[in-house]
Amino acid sequence: MITMPGISPRPLPVFEKAPTGIKGVDEIVGGGLPKGHPTLICGSAGCGKTLLAVEFITRGALLYDEPGVLMLFEESAEDVARNVASLGINLLDLVDQKKVFIDHVHIDSSEIMETGVFDLDGLFVRLGAAIDTVGAKRVALDTIENLFSGFNNETILRSEIRRLFAWLVEKGVTTVVTGERGEATLTRHGLEEYVSDCVILLDNRVKDGVATRLLRVVKYRGSSHGNDEYPFLIDEQGIWVQPVTSVGLDYPVTSELFSSGVPQLDAMLGKQGFYRGSSILVSGTAGTGKTSLAATLVDAACRRGERCLYFSYEESPSQITRNMCSIGIDLNQWVEKNLLRFHAVRPTLYGAEMHLLSAQKLVHDFQPQVVVVDPLNNLSSVGDISEVKSMLMRMIDFFKCDGITTLFTSLTGGGDDEATTNVGVSSLMDAWLLVRNLEHSGERNRALYILKTRGMSNSSQVREFRLTDHGIELVNVYLGAGGILAGSARLAQEAVERTEMLKRQQLVESKKRALERKRILLQSKQAELLAGYEEEMEILQREIEQEEQIQQVIDQDQENLAQARKAV
Amino acid sequence: MANQLNNSHSEAKKPSENERWELRLYVAGHTPTSLAAFANLKKICEEHLAGRYTIEVIDLLENPRLAKGEQIVAIPTLVRKLPPPVKQIIGDLTDTERVLVGLDLVKIVDK
Repeated sequence: MITMPGISPRPLPVFEKAPTGIKGVDEIVGGGLPKGHPTLICGSAGCGKTLLAVEFITRGALLYDEPGVLMLFEESAEDVARNVASLGINLLDLVDQKKVFIDHVHIDSSEIMETGVFDLDGLFVRLGAAIDTVGAKRVALDTIENLFSGFNNETILRSEIRRLFAWLVEKGVTTVVTGERGEATLTRHGLEEYVSDCVILLDNRVKDGVATRLLRVVKYRGSSHGNDEYPFLIDEQGIWVQPVTSVGLDYPVTSELFSSGVPQLDAMLGKQGFYRGSSILVSGTAGTGKTSLAATLVDAACRRGERCLYFSYEESPSQITRNMCSIGIDLNQWVEKNLLRFHAVRPTLYGAEMHLLSAQKLVHDFQPQVVVVDPLNNLSSVGDISEVKSMLMRMIDFFKCDGITTLFTSLTGGGDDEATTNVGVSSLMDAWLLVRNLEHSGERNRALYILKTRGMSNSSQVREFRLTDHGIELVNVYLGAGGILAGSARLAQEAVERTEMLKRQQLVESKKRALERKRILLQSKQAELLAGYEEEMEILQREIEQEEQIQQVIDQDQENLAQARKAV
Repeated sequence: MANQLNNSHSEAKKPSENERWELRLYVAGHTPTSLAAFANLKKICEEHLAGRYTIEVIDLLENPRLAKGEQIVAIPTLVRKLPPPVKQIIGDLTDTERVLVGLDLVKIVDK
């Protein structure tokens, strides 16, 4: 807003909105339909116009305390009530509570003869009375175009319809008008000419035999709105739209860790697991254990009391449950505790958009912490590659925004480069594990390595990936001059290494013993020499003593002799 | 609908046939169109149904709820209650020919 100095800005007029109460629709139209103005909902037969109009009235009455008038030109009140009852809306209950007033306007041109000038004051009076009866704030006219088949004088009709909308604006009611799609125009009778504030187009497009419901805001005066075609679902709770624009790249992240259920894998990731809320891709060729990895992760999460949603596009839930029992994982217990929910459908059941929508709807209802999509690439059959890629991108983004940890498995064909996914979503993944087959000496073994983990220093080593009856085990593979050895080749190599080590140990032992023997020999020799020396020394000393004694005796004898001679 | 309006205009002059005609004219206020419709209707009735018809004028502005029961959309609407079947003619009834066709009176005026 541009402000001028000294002049306090006049508050901008705010376009008041009347929320439809349908979350996705309100997000697309920026909060709601123009309050006090008419909105045109057009589309071909069976695209959900009446439902949207009825939901606008019933939700308005239930959620926003805005009573409504439903003026039906096509079906009777009983018909509409029956149709919406299957969507959980009790229309007649609301009528009893004086929150909704239903008037079925029946016009049969065969019973009516026109003579001269007329106006539609009867309709005005009826509508006015209906509005006053319940104090209506909302009005739905379904389908006012039926007037054109009832009356021949189109000039009068057109000016009367124009007058009707002006009158409704004057009354201050928010009006929803439905109109049948024309060939070249939005509505067959050009209602868009009179309702110019907001026009919503519904479509039910069939492509390759797959129907997709789409909603688009053609125009909305004075308000920002989403411009794209938004797919929507009609299920047992009514209309459900997930606007694409609500998916941004500003989702919160956490550094909380999330165990994969395989301790060795957590160790490989360096930080005891994946980051919570990250998207993990497990790709590999057939039979490499992708589903087992997914089941292990699910099992670990359920053990912590987290809810898991498992989208299976290949196997039935009972098949997965049975198969996982073979590796010691009992998924059934989590299903029974309502911690695990399977959603198993054939990918061809609906189009790409419907898959996305149904996934979002399920996530919305179940509020899981973990989602598994197994396998991702089966979805590639539901549309052309760009459509599927865009769908998957939004799916991944959607899970991320909700802080859901997601594990996708992807099957790579035998001939493909292993480090590709055929739908090209690997760049959106935070972590990417690759499981592959190692073929060596007539044996097939599984190997796992980490291609990338954002924000983690991961082990770069290939591990042998073993499926045992008590779960997944990761074993260090033999890495040597001969390349990677796994399975029995690894075992053989390990045996060879063990004997060699034993031999070396034995050699060392024997050398040690020889040394000891030498030492003992030396010691005994030393003792022998010492003993010899002592003996010899004793003899010599004795001889010395004897010689000295002899000398003494000689000396004594000579003295005695001299004395005797008296020769002094 | 006996307790409805008191501004019923009934005339019974020459009951030439025992068939009774009960007509209702729905209007919304005293607009020129509704006044014209009433005048036109009265003229036709006098001419063709003298003495065996009743015209009940119902002003929807006074009794708006009556519009729903009789499925009134356009104003003025002339409803032939009797003789059966029920017929609806809308407009200011200026096209006498069409009114007569609409009321099944065309046989009577067959030339």
